[in-house]
Amino acid sequence: MSFVAQKRLTLFDWVNYSLLSLFSLLCIFPFLYVFSVSFTDPEVYVPLRFYLFPEKWSLASYSYILSTNSFLNALKSTTFITVVGTVLNLVVSFSLAYALTKKGMPGRGMMMGFIVFTLVFSAGIVPNYLLVKELGLLNSYWALIWPVLTNAWSLIIIKSFLESLPSELEDAARIDGCSDLAVFLRIVIPLSMPAIAAFTLFFAVTHWNTYFNALIYLSDSKKWTLQVLVKTLVIDTDIAGMAGAGGDEKSVPQETIRMASIVLAMAPILVVYPFLQKHFAKGVMLGSVKG
Amino acid sequence: MDKAAISAAPRPAVRPQGYWPRLGRRLLQYRTMYVLALPGILYFLLFKLAPLWGLLLAFQNFNPYLGFFGSEWVGLAHFEALFTDRNFYMMLRNTFAINLFGLVFMFPLPIILALMLNEVRHEAFKRINQSIVYLPHFLSWVVVASMTFFLLSTDVGIVNKLVGEAGFPRISFLSEPDYFWGMITAQTMWKEAGWGTIIFLAAMAGVDPQRYEAAVVDGANRWRQIWHITLPAIRPTIIILLILRLGQMADVGFEQMLLMMNPLVMQVAEVFDTYAYTQGILRGQISTGVTVGMFKGVVGFVLVVGSNYIVKKMGQEGIY
Repeated sequence: MSFVAQKRLTLFDWVNYSLLSLFSLLCIFPFLYVFSVSFTDPEVYVPLRFYLFPEKWSLASYSYILSTNSFLNALKSTTFITVVGTVLNLVVSFSLAYALTKKGMPGRGMMMGFIVFTLVFSAGIVPNYLLVKELGLLNSYWALIWPVLTNAWSLIIIKSFLESLPSELEDAARIDGCSDLAVFLRIVIPLSMPAIAAFTLFFAVTHWNTYFNALIYLSDSKKWTLQVLVKTLVIDTDIAGMAGAGGDEKSVPQETIRMASIVLAMAPILVVYPFLQKHFAKGVMLGSVKG
Repeated sequence: MDKAAISAAPRPAVRPQGYWPRLGRRLLQYRTMYVLALPGILYFLLFKLAPLWGLLLAFQNFNPYLGFFGSEWVGLAHFEALFTDRNFYMMLRNTFAINLFGLVFMFPLPIILALMLNEVRHEAFKRINQSIVYLPHFLSWVVVASMTFFLLSTDVGIVNKLVGEAGFPRISFLSEPDYFWGMITAQTMWKEAGWGTIIFLAAMAGVDPQRYEAAVVDGANRWRQIWHITLPAIRPTIIILLILRLGQMADVGFEQMLLMMNPLVMQVAEVFDTYAYTQGILRGQISTGVTVGMFKGVVGFVLVVGSNYIVKKMGQEGIY
């Protein structure tokens, strides 16, 4: 059986390759359209015309957006939530997951049971909202950080990852007189770098993309995150027009500006995408070998 | 007595005897672990356990000014009101319909895509396609919904422009109730189908290449290789994912619905979560919101636990 012979494309291959290309094209078409319009010079922009590349390149839409206070504020707050939230997610999740790998620890079963319970039952939107309100976190960025400090799904995957590490190193370090904390910090954490990379990306993407929590917890428009701002910019103006709700025509942003805001809302994700793809795919498989 | 015998004897019992002293010693032994676990455990107690107490509000006419202790207890009145409300059956139908669309159209797509990718003989072509179809998974629903508007809306949608140029009347994809479930499903397919291939591709990668070679020797063409080797290899994965998917029949992508919903499609778009949000948070009907959320939570709980039980009965790994 020579694989060289199989490289000759048969009809089967042609059909397969064409269908796959078609699906990929469907996946990438919206990106191309939004990119192309967002980089088009507003002067030459004609609504509803598709160009693979802008007729005339311009950064005018981007420089306009990045000069508005609302956008800069949203960018700053979203960055703050993403960075601080991700660091806290990692510290809390890996610490708890490591403790949960210790089979002899009294109370471990109860903790695991409760964590798994939260995976299948939640009090719902309203009780969670009331809690955040009672804690005085409304209109605070911490309302987007504390309620999602860790989660059952991540803990279970991280725990199974930590359990798969060879225990000999830990034992050896203990014999050499390392304290439990030193073992965790100097042995377990360095060995966990693949999982830390995957979960850094996972937590960061989740924070960056969060919409609903930002919507309900941050009612003050000065505190809006990027996703809420982009939604208001792109969708609400559209809905307002559609439902016939009157609005100031001049306040409706031009298409190129709205498209540029979409691009900016996904820009960091596109930048780290090569890493995302690799580590996330591994993360998915980490999940499938959990115990 | 010689010294050697004494030193070789078991050390005197420093180990405390009895249950409580032994427990105390173990608690002390694991003290670092408790410190490490503490922030996470506090999180679960405060943000996951404490809100469960809020479920009691479903049995009250909760008034924020009177507080929990001042509000009137009404028993199951809110549940009765919910089950006799016409909106309840509308939400039930919408939840079921959207999930059914998902099962019929979305569920098979990652399997088909994975089979197609698995047949690609050129590694570079395969990698490029994978990179492209995984990408939408990482976008926020806000970005996906925004792109959808620029593609499908009647005024700024490029697809509608093309439809118009082809001589057809423009289609109100986003405001026509008849198209809503299909549009939501198509959106999910665009975002998640590519990503969904990963688990199937991994299962396919586990197949011994010699089996394909043997099949070719036996005269099997590509279709027969797929049918007799690849598909059987991923059959357990398909069955497990299907059962787990059935366990999520009470769930509808909440952010997605919230973003795609508008007054014109309310009758087909309202689901339990969106109703709990509008009633409980926007309109201040806290007890109604809690009741709806609790109903959905309990149904979801039964479905997930049930499907997980079946998967475990089959000797496979469930979600927990």
